[in-house]
Amino acid sequence: MARSDQNIVLHVDDVSKNLGGLQALSDIDFAVEEGTTHAIIGPNGAGKSTLLNVIVGRLPPTRGAVVFDGTVLTGKQPYEINQLGVARVFQTPEIFPELSVLQNVMTPAFAKRDGAFRINIFRTVDSEAEIRDEAEAILEDVGLSTRLASHAGSLSRGDKRRMELAMCLIQHPRLLLLDEPTAGMSRHDTNTTIDLLKKIKARGMTKVIIEHDMHVVFSLADRISVLSGGKIIAEGTPDEVRGSAKVQEAYLGGAHRLEAH
Amino acid sequence: MTLFALSRRDLAVFAVFAVVVLAMPFWLQPLGAAYPALMQKFVISAIFAIGFNILFGLTGYLSFGHAAFLGVGSYTAVWSFKLLTMDAIPAIFFAVLVSGLFALVIGYLSLRRSGIYFSILTLAFAQMCYNLAYSVLTPITNGETSLQLTLSDPRLIDTALAPRPAGLPSASLFGHSFSGLEGFYFCAVVLLIAFFVTQKIFASPFGMMLRAIKSNQTRMTYTGFNTRPYTLTAFVISGMFAGLAGALFAITDPLAGTERMQWTASGEVVLMTILGGVGTLIGPVIGAWFIEYFENIFSAFNESVVHAFFSFLPAEIADPVALVASKFVGEGWQLTLGLLFVLVVVFLPGGIMEGVRRIGSLFGRRGTPVSPGAARAQPAE
Ligand SMILES: Nc1ncnc2c1ncn2[C@@H]1O[C@H](COP(=O)(O)OP(=O)(O)O)[C@@H](O)[C@H]1O
Ligand SMILES: [Mg+2]
Repeated sequence: MARSDQNIVLHVDDVSKNLGGLQALSDIDFAVEEGTTHAIIGPNGAGKSTLLNVIVGRLPPTRGAVVFDGTVLTGKQPYEINQLGVARVFQTPEIFPELSVLQNVMTPAFAKRDGAFRINIFRTVDSEAEIRDEAEAILEDVGLSTRLASHAGSLSRGDKRRMELAMCLIQHPRLLLLDEPTAGMSRHDTNTTIDLLKKIKARGMTKVIIEHDMHVVFSLADRISVLSGGKIIAEGTPDEVRGSAKVQEAYLGGAHRLEAH
Repeated sequence: MTLFALSRRDLAVFAVFAVVVLAMPFWLQPLGAAYPALMQKFVISAIFAIGFNILFGLTGYLSFGHAAFLGVGSYTAVWSFKLLTMDAIPAIFFAVLVSGLFALVIGYLSLRRSGIYFSILTLAFAQMCYNLAYSVLTPITNGETSLQLTLSDPRLIDTALAPRPAGLPSASLFGHSFSGLEGFYFCAVVLLIAFFVTQKIFASPFGMMLRAIKSNQTRMTYTGFNTRPYTLTAFVISGMFAGLAGALFAITDPLAGTERMQWTASGEVVLMTILGGVGTLIGPVIGAWFIEYFENIFSAFNESVVHAFFSFLPAEIADPVALVASKFVGEGWQLTLGLLFVLVVVFLPGGIMEGVRRIGSLFGRRGTPVSPGAARAQPAE
């Protein structure tokens, strides 16, 4: 591998996770280079979401460690991991349904600017023009600029995903984890999202993306890990993975079946 | 001047609220409630309720133990009277400080759990405080007989400045002792300050964080917020509001008893907040006034008042109507309040404020956004 170690942002170091007797992850080991997009694909129940849960501190690994930018994440609280620069879009959108779309996107900006805790009661939200302008700009990027005042809970599933993506983007994370960001979106919305994710890549943001849609994977990923039964069964560039017999086998006939999800 | 900065709309709300509060002696006249002791109760309960709403309304944590902080505030204020001075300012200062410390400890422990377990923990701590005040701590609380002023109190600061008066003194402000209507206006000004502070919290980024915690705590943690200190701060602030209310009760009547800490008092502030509108600015105030009015005025109506009310009807109709109606007043006031509460919770889950909003949207405000607080960065009411 012609990859230099100092450019590694994320290193998942021999991680295993046992979930109530089920070996959800076995000896997962891979590294993600700065500025690249690393896709994780695999059938349902392969352990992809579990892997992200281990990275963001939701689940402690049974064995192994996760190293982000030279810092061991294992044992840290989720909020500490985010403060280090790791943001995540969830498979089921995690948003603030009772707040407006604009408030949803402004809130993470305060965590970025003011840290994990600050009693900020002298200013008003209305007077935070800088954060507000940035939130509006990012909402424009994701195509929600007409919904600023809407209740986030009233958005469609696809719009919730895009808003959640905006909530992550406003933090300018060094590492962005995306769990099926286009699931439940129309073809048109999927393409808009791909364009958006490409634009972020141009800004140098490192991404780990879980995706069922092969179209999305092959248009975005620099490297792909194929997960099946909690093990990485193949890893390489999109072309290498496409050609792998093992991968074909895991999918019982290739990308066609995956696209159904 | 960010310290006093508020949106124009919030300032308008404050101005209207100030007029309504300060004009209470006038508009409560026709309602038969314009006497100082009752108006003081209205104002003090409102402070208790808006403080409670900072915790319950913004973060969603439902405390069943806030009367403990009210009681702590009263005891502290009376001790400030007994030991130092009858001046209201030190009494308020110490009451807020000590109740804040109690809230810090109880909140720290209770907030390790959420939902019903949090509520039960706060209830348990409040019952502990109540029982301590009733029995073990009688040297401090005077137990059943209540903590009162005596002629032999040291009152170190007062006695150093002036000779002892003959009888028991009443609370004072910078040497001017006050009671009656002056006492009401003192409490009213404190309510306005408390209301302004609440408006600042509601409009601030801190307030938005608390709402976000209520909405989705998981998202908050993966967004880089340490939620525990946020909820603890909200808990302490609301405990301090309760302590402030307790101090004002002691200022208007220098007496502190255990009954103020009883769990029914904790439950009452929950009812006030839900009845008026959880999470709104004005709702808890309206809820507090409703309940105080029922408790004090409605309960005093007797059959002859009811008969007089229905006297415009012919006697054969008026008598049965008055007979039925009289079951809902006087001793039956809790029946009416209970029915009202059920009706509100079933038909107006957002409380009286939701009713106000619905009526408002019927008249001419059709074009404006429907969802509360969506159009602007913070809900207004
Ligand atoms: N909290 C849990 N407890 C027990 N088993 C779990 C838990 N979460 C996921 N699993 C199991 O672990 C496996 C991997 O799940 P997941 O990571 O969600 O798969 P994927 O995201 O690849 O579809 C599945 O078999 C799932 O049923
Ligand atoms: Mg998954």
